[in-house]
This record gives sequence, structure tokens and C-alpha cells, in this order.
Amino acid sequence: MIELSDIRKVFNCGKPNEFTAVDGVTLSVDSRKITVLKGPSGSGKTTLLGLIGCMARPTSGRIHLTGRLTQGVTFSVEGTTAEVTSLPERFLTEIRRRAFGFIFQQFNLIKGITVLENVMLPAYPIGEGFKPLRERASRILSDLNLSGKLFAKVEWLSGGEAQRVGIARALINDPTVIIADEPTAHLDTKLSGEFMGIVERLKGDGKTVIIASHDPIVFDSPIIDRVVEMRDGRLSGGYQRR
Amino acid sequence: MQWLEKQRNIIDFTLSSLLRRKTKNIALMIVYTLVVFVLASVMFFAEAIKKEASIILRGSPEIIVQRLVAGRQELAPVGYIEGIKKIRGVQSVSGRLWGYYFEPVAGANFTLMVPEDGSEKGQIEVGKGILRSMRASEGDILSLKSYTGDWVVLKIKGALSSESELVSSDLILTSEEDFRNVFGISKEYFTDITLHVRNSRELATIAQKIKDLYPDTRPIVRDDILRTYDSIFNWRSGLLLVIMAGAGLAFIIFAWDKASGLSAEEKKEIGILKAIGWETSDVILMKFWEGTAISLSSFLAGIILAYFHVFFTSSTLFEPVLKGWSVLYPKFRLTPFIDEAQVMTLFFLTVLPYTVATIVPSWRAASVDPDSVMR
Amino acid sequence: MILHPSIIALFLSSVLISMLLLYSSYYGLLILRKWDIKSGSELQLDLERRTYLISTILTYVFGFQLISLFLYVYTADLLHPLFVGAMCASGTLTVNSYGYPTLILKVFNFITAGLWLVLNYTDSRACDYPLIKNKYKFLIVIAPLVVAETFLQAKFFLGLKPDIITSCCSTLFTSDSTSVASDLASVPNIPGKIAFYTLIVVTLASGVYFYLKGGGGYVFSLLCGISFVMGIISIISFFSLYYYELPSHHCPFDILHKEYYYVGYPLYLCLFGGAVAGMGTGVLMPYRKAPSLMEIIPVIQKRLIIFALVCFLIFTVMVTYKIVSTPFKLEGY
Repeated sequence: MIELSDIRKVFNCGKPNEFTAVDGVTLSVDSRKITVLKGPSGSGKTTLLGLIGCMARPTSGRIHLTGRLTQGVTFSVEGTTAEVTSLPERFLTEIRRRAFGFIFQQFNLIKGITVLENVMLPAYPIGEGFKPLRERASRILSDLNLSGKLFAKVEWLSGGEAQRVGIARALINDPTVIIADEPTAHLDTKLSGEFMGIVERLKGDGKTVIIASHDPIVFDSPIIDRVVEMRDGRLSGGYQRR
Repeated sequence: MQWLEKQRNIIDFTLSSLLRRKTKNIALMIVYTLVVFVLASVMFFAEAIKKEASIILRGSPEIIVQRLVAGRQELAPVGYIEGIKKIRGVQSVSGRLWGYYFEPVAGANFTLMVPEDGSEKGQIEVGKGILRSMRASEGDILSLKSYTGDWVVLKIKGALSSESELVSSDLILTSEEDFRNVFGISKEYFTDITLHVRNSRELATIAQKIKDLYPDTRPIVRDDILRTYDSIFNWRSGLLLVIMAGAGLAFIIFAWDKASGLSAEEKKEIGILKAIGWETSDVILMKFWEGTAISLSSFLAGIILAYFHVFFTSSTLFEPVLKGWSVLYPKFRLTPFIDEAQVMTLFFLTVLPYTVATIVPSWRAASVDPDSVMR
Repeated sequence: MILHPSIIALFLSSVLISMLLLYSSYYGLLILRKWDIKSGSELQLDLERRTYLISTILTYVFGFQLISLFLYVYTADLLHPLFVGAMCASGTLTVNSYGYPTLILKVFNFITAGLWLVLNYTDSRACDYPLIKNKYKFLIVIAPLVVAETFLQAKFFLGLKPDIITSCCSTLFTSDSTSVASDLASVPNIPGKIAFYTLIVVTLASGVYFYLKGGGGYVFSLLCGISFVMGIISIISFFSLYYYELPSHHCPFDILHKEYYYVGYPLYLCLFGGAVAGMGTGVLMPYRKAPSLMEIIPVIQKRLIIFALVCFLIFTVMVTYKIVSTPFKLEGY
């Protein structure tokens, strides 16, 4: 579970273009559930996603990780709760690498290298052996029906295929939490439906999923557990589905 | 093991990313190689010539005594030889004859010399440079105009070896009689006096004794000559390097600019790496390997090309600078000589500044926020 | 001034390294004043980013300093023909009074850079940068020493005037200069060897004890430092003689040459490695009780101990092998 306490994120502090993206958010994200952040663009959901996923440090407030997320963490731990707000980048990145997988709106695959290499990239700095890594990547890709595209260059993939490669990459380190930022923005209805199907499978595998979206296909989907609404950097409502 | 695998993975990615940006990196590498090439050529050439000089000078007499009048070299009287012979520790003394002869047709100065073991009258051995400029060959006649205006006719017996061209290119070895005839030097005088000494540790004492005996002489110790040559070449190559500092600086600025001016594509790539879990130090490591790959290849390429240039083509590119006024430019092959000090020096003059120039830009590129790709 | 390319290279590198250190110190001062790990402000984030830069810079400085050390010796060596009476690098270094101090300071700076890197590595393994302030205080102490080294090196090279024929009126330069400072460290043979081997055995024992029991860290670290110095003195006094097979050639630099198969490099590198790793354990000792470092420091120290012991062991084995296998016997001279 991820707990945020009065999180604020301010950019360009003290300068004329000071901007508060997230303004006092307190939120608990349950594990093994699908949570959707809903709100218009500029509402701060992308920034909040980054904070939840240990990509950025909040300007003020506290973030606590509990349960499975703290496995293997030997620092800042009391019992099974780890406070990650003032961790140095090295540790934050370690947690993020191990516990979180990201799927981006723009897919963000690296051009010029193959699908397989893209999927293996997040694990490079860990120093895992090349062969076991390759095998794992191949397995994940075949689970997503991409075995035929292992050595294809990413420029030649269709939108749906690229999205699935992004998902495969997010899964390479077997993370506990999957975070997706507007994942259906560049997909048509059919592919969006397929995407939600994959999300359902991930939930079935015991993963926690957090999606930021203003696409009804996502937030009206029957499989999601909770919707959190955001506006102007603050929470403005929300409801539990089940 | 894990550390090794990590390096392997990152190097893998680095090489593939270098290949993806061929044009930018090739331009940089060409300039880099050129800089190393020029510096290395200068250094190899200077060091090889110094070594050559020291080898050649090894055979020269330990002390040369010149007579000075009003600060200029004058002929040494034969009586000095007798006097010097008497000094304890002197192994052998002999008078030496040599001088410069100006040849108007070739427009060149020849060095005329009488070898230690003498030469046949009427016959000369001639350096290759002279043969080329006079378009002469073995068996031909070479006539020198003597001090009286008469011609001294000499037959070219043979040519001096190509190996010795560096010092013998403009040399004519002749007999004592012919020499004295050409220059009008009487038997009472020699150009200078050479001596061999038994114990090299006594050089200073003997030189002092000569000075005491004949106050108008200047004894020159062989090591002094070596030191002077060394210094000249050090100074010349160093001066060239300093002059090229301007070019070096331009290269550094170019490198810094290339490192700072990441294309939007590159920035995005690093942003993605940070987003998917690469830490700043991982990206810095990648940049390190990038720099190493570029530096290593350019450095090696530059050195190899310079080696080839200096030792196989006899520094053809430097010829105009080295030749200067000289008409008789020797065709010579320097003995390849390269040592670790030269390589380290070149490393410090090229790779070090390049690396320093790219440290801050690399770090700046690597410090991109992980969430930048999401915004 | 002798304008040899190697001298230019050394000047350039020293100046660049000094500039890097001063640049780092500037940010070090900033960090000392404004650092607050608990804050999420942009200044704090920026400072944390800077620490990566400074770590990178110091790592490069460490590497370059080592090469600079060897290049300095090489340059002194290749300049020796220019000075009457100088037989090798040692001769050049005694031409004026800045030669040896520069060398010693270079070695010292190399070692302190290494120690800083040990501190830095340890600091980055902890989740709250516990050593950050002390680390940068240390850095600010190192910086002026590096600048001083640049200055001393410059004075040395600027003060070198080769003994050459300058004008036709002057005569002799061959004043027999006094023999070289290599007789500086002529420790008597047998007592010296006994001292060396005893010291090594004690250091090894102390290291093993430290490794197994976790105590005696300061002692071990001190012993490593002394072993380093003793190792160098021993090379000069007797070990090098076995390589040269000459009883009077107390030169620490010639073993770096091709003729001796560059054996000087592994010997000196082992000593340096042992010194940095061994003294590195000592540098970490004061922080063993800090909460975030309690688990980390012993692990790092164990690795350093092994490295230091291996280095000293390799050194000892190499020189002993040489003594045993060469027909040359020092006893009797």
C-alpha cells in the first residue's frame, strides 16, 4: 500500500513563474487493486503519478510504502513501513526499479534498437546476466503475443504493438505496482479494450495498478476498483467501485 | 561479477547509441584524431631525432678544442697538439680539418672534411644530397675553386651511405693535401683539435687543464653538445606545441559544445532511461564509456597515423617547415622510437583536456529528472 | 625554461586538476552551508544532483593524479642528460629544492583523493548521506594541497636550467656536481630487511584479526600507512638493488624502465593500493556507530582489508621471489 500525506509539489519556487502542481494531497492507494486518477489536463495527475511512483521528490509532505513494496528494503524501515520522502536518488531509484513499472502515454520506446533490447533496458544497471535476462524478456513478450516481433525495430510497430512493448518493458523487473499515464490516448477503441484486458490479467497476477486517464473506456470500465478525481492539484472527489 | 555484467550491459548500450549517431560522432573523431596526429608527429619526430643525434654523437671525440679570437673560431696551431698530449689522462690527440665550401651553381654549402683515417689524394667520397643537387654520380669529376681562384680537380670515388644521410648529406670527405689546397690553410694549422680521454670522469679536469694551458681556447665536452642538442629539440617541439595551443583550445571548445548540445532525440533518450529506472550515476557511466570509446579510438588512430607518418614517410607533411633554407635536404629514415613517456604525455595533452571538457556537460545531461518524459 | 612537451603536459594537467578541485570546493562550501536532506526544496534537489558531479570529478582526478605521478618521474628521467652529474630521475629532482617535495606531495594527494573516494562511496551507500558534511570539509582541505602541488611543480620546472653551451665566452659547465640523493635512504641491509618483514607480518596479522573480530581498526590502518612508507624505503635501500644487481644503485625510479620489465609498476601500485585501502578502513572507523552506517561500514571495511592485504602480500611475494631467485647477493657489500 502507498500512503501520501499532505503532498505538495511546487516548481520554480520563489520565481515569478512559480507553479504548484500538487497542492496538499492525502491519499492511500490499496494494493492488488486498480485505481484510476481522473481529471482534466493540468489537474496535476501526471505529477502525482510521478510522486507515487518514486520518480520525483515532493516539495513537502510524506510518502510511506508498506507491505510487499518494502521487501528487501533495508533502510528507513520501521516494521514493514518505509518512508521514502527524503531518500537519496540512489535508493529511490532502487525501489522504483524493483517495485514499479511505468507505461507512458507516448510509449517512449528508444528508437534504433530492437524490441527485445527495449524491454531489457530497465534491468541493465542491475548487472543481471545477459542470458537469463533475455529469456525473461522473451517470455514476457510472448505472453503479450509479440514473439514474432522480438528483433523488430520499434519504428515499424503499430500503435497497439508499441503499447504492448511498453507494457512488457514495465514488467521486466516483476514489479508490484504498474503505473500508467494516459495509456489509451493513442489507441483506438478496440485496442483500448485490449489494453484493459491486459490490465485485468495483471490484477489477476496480484499486481497493483494505478492509471491516470480521462478516457471513459478506462474509468468506466467494470474491472477498476476505485476512481479518484483531481482538479487544480487537489483531490476533488472520487468513489469506490467495489 | 555483477559489477562486470553491469559494465558489459552499459557498454553494449553505449556502443549501439554511438552507432546510432554516426555523423555527429564521426565528425568529432576526425577532429580528435587530427589533433592527436599532429601532436604525436611533432613529439615522435623530436624524440627520434634526439635519439639519432645521441647515437651519432657517441662516436665523436670526448673533447673538441677550438681556438677563439675575439669570440670567433680561429685556426688552431699545431703546437697546441703537442702541449695537450702531455696532459695526464689524455689518450690521443689529433688535429681535425673541416670547413664550408659554397657552391654557386647548386647554391649550397658543402662541408669539406678530412676523415680521421685519411683519404687518397684526388679522390673524394660525397654525400647523397650533393650528388642529387649536382646531378653527379660515382666516377664523375667534381671541381672546387680554391682560394687562389684555381680549380682543384677531384674524382668522386664513392657515395656516403644512405643510412648516414642525416649527417652526411652535404659532406665531402677529401685528403689533407686537397683540403689545404682548396682553403689555403698551411700545415701549421688545423681547424680544431680532437682528443680521446681514458677516463670519462676526468673530462672536467682535463678540460680545465687545457683551458689553463691555452687560455685562448674553448674545450667542448661531448656531453655538452648532447645536452645542447637535446635542449634545442625540446625547445623547438615544445614551442610548436604551445603555438598549437590555439588549435587545441578550439578542439576543446568543439568537444564541449558537442557534449552540451544534445539533440532533442538524445535528451529524450536519456529521459526515457531515467524514467525506466536508470540512475544518474548509471547515465554518467554510460557517458564515461562513450567518451572512452571515442577517446581510445581517436587516440590510437592518431598515434598509429603519426607513427606511420614520421617513421615511414619521413614526416612528409613537416618537410616545408623543417627544410627551411636548406637546399640539401637529406632523405632519411628515422629509427622508430616510441616510449611510454611519450604516450603518457600525448594522453595528457589530448585525452585529459577532452575528458575535462565533457565532465560537466555529461553530468548535466545525466541529471535530467526521471519524470521529464511524462510532462 | 625547458619547453619539453612532457613538461607542458604536466603543467596542463596540474592546472586542470586544480581547477576541477576548486570548482568542486565551491560547491562543497555551498553544500556545507545549505544542505538539508529532509527538505524537498529545489535547492536541495540541485545540491543532491551536484554531488554526482563532484563524485565524478574526484574519480577522474584520482586516476589522472596517478598517471601524473608516473609522468612526473618519467619527465625527470628523460631530462637527466641535461644536467651534469644527473644519472637518472633522482638526479633531475635534486637540481633544485622543489623536485622531491613536488613528488611527495603528488603521492600524498593521490592517496588523499583515494581516501576521499572511500568516504564518498560509503556515504552514498547510506540512505541519509550521513558523512556529507565531513566529506566536503575533507575536500576543502584537499583542494589547497592540490593547488600547492601545481605551484611547487611549476617552481621546480621553471627553476630547471640545463647545463648547455650558451655563449662562446663561457667555458666550462662541467662542475662535478655532488652525487645524487639516492644515497638518501641507505638503510643497512639486514636490519632493514628484518624490520620490513616483521612489519608486514604484523600488518597481515592485524588485518586478519580486524577482519575476523572487527576490532583494532585504527591499529591496522596505521600499520598499513607505515608499511607503505617502509615499503618505499625498502625498495630504495635494498630491494631495488636485487633488480639492478648493483650494490650501490639506490634508485627508486629505474625499476619503472623497460630494461627491468617495468617491474616497478606492479610494486608501486601494490604499495599505493595497500595504502589507500588500508588507511581507508581507518578513515571510516569514527563513523561505525552512526545508525545508518552500522551495517554498511563493516562490509566495506572487510572488502578494503582484503584488498590491502592482497596488495601487500603480492608486493612481499614479488620482492622475496626476486631475492631468492637471483644469484646476486647483497650480503658482503
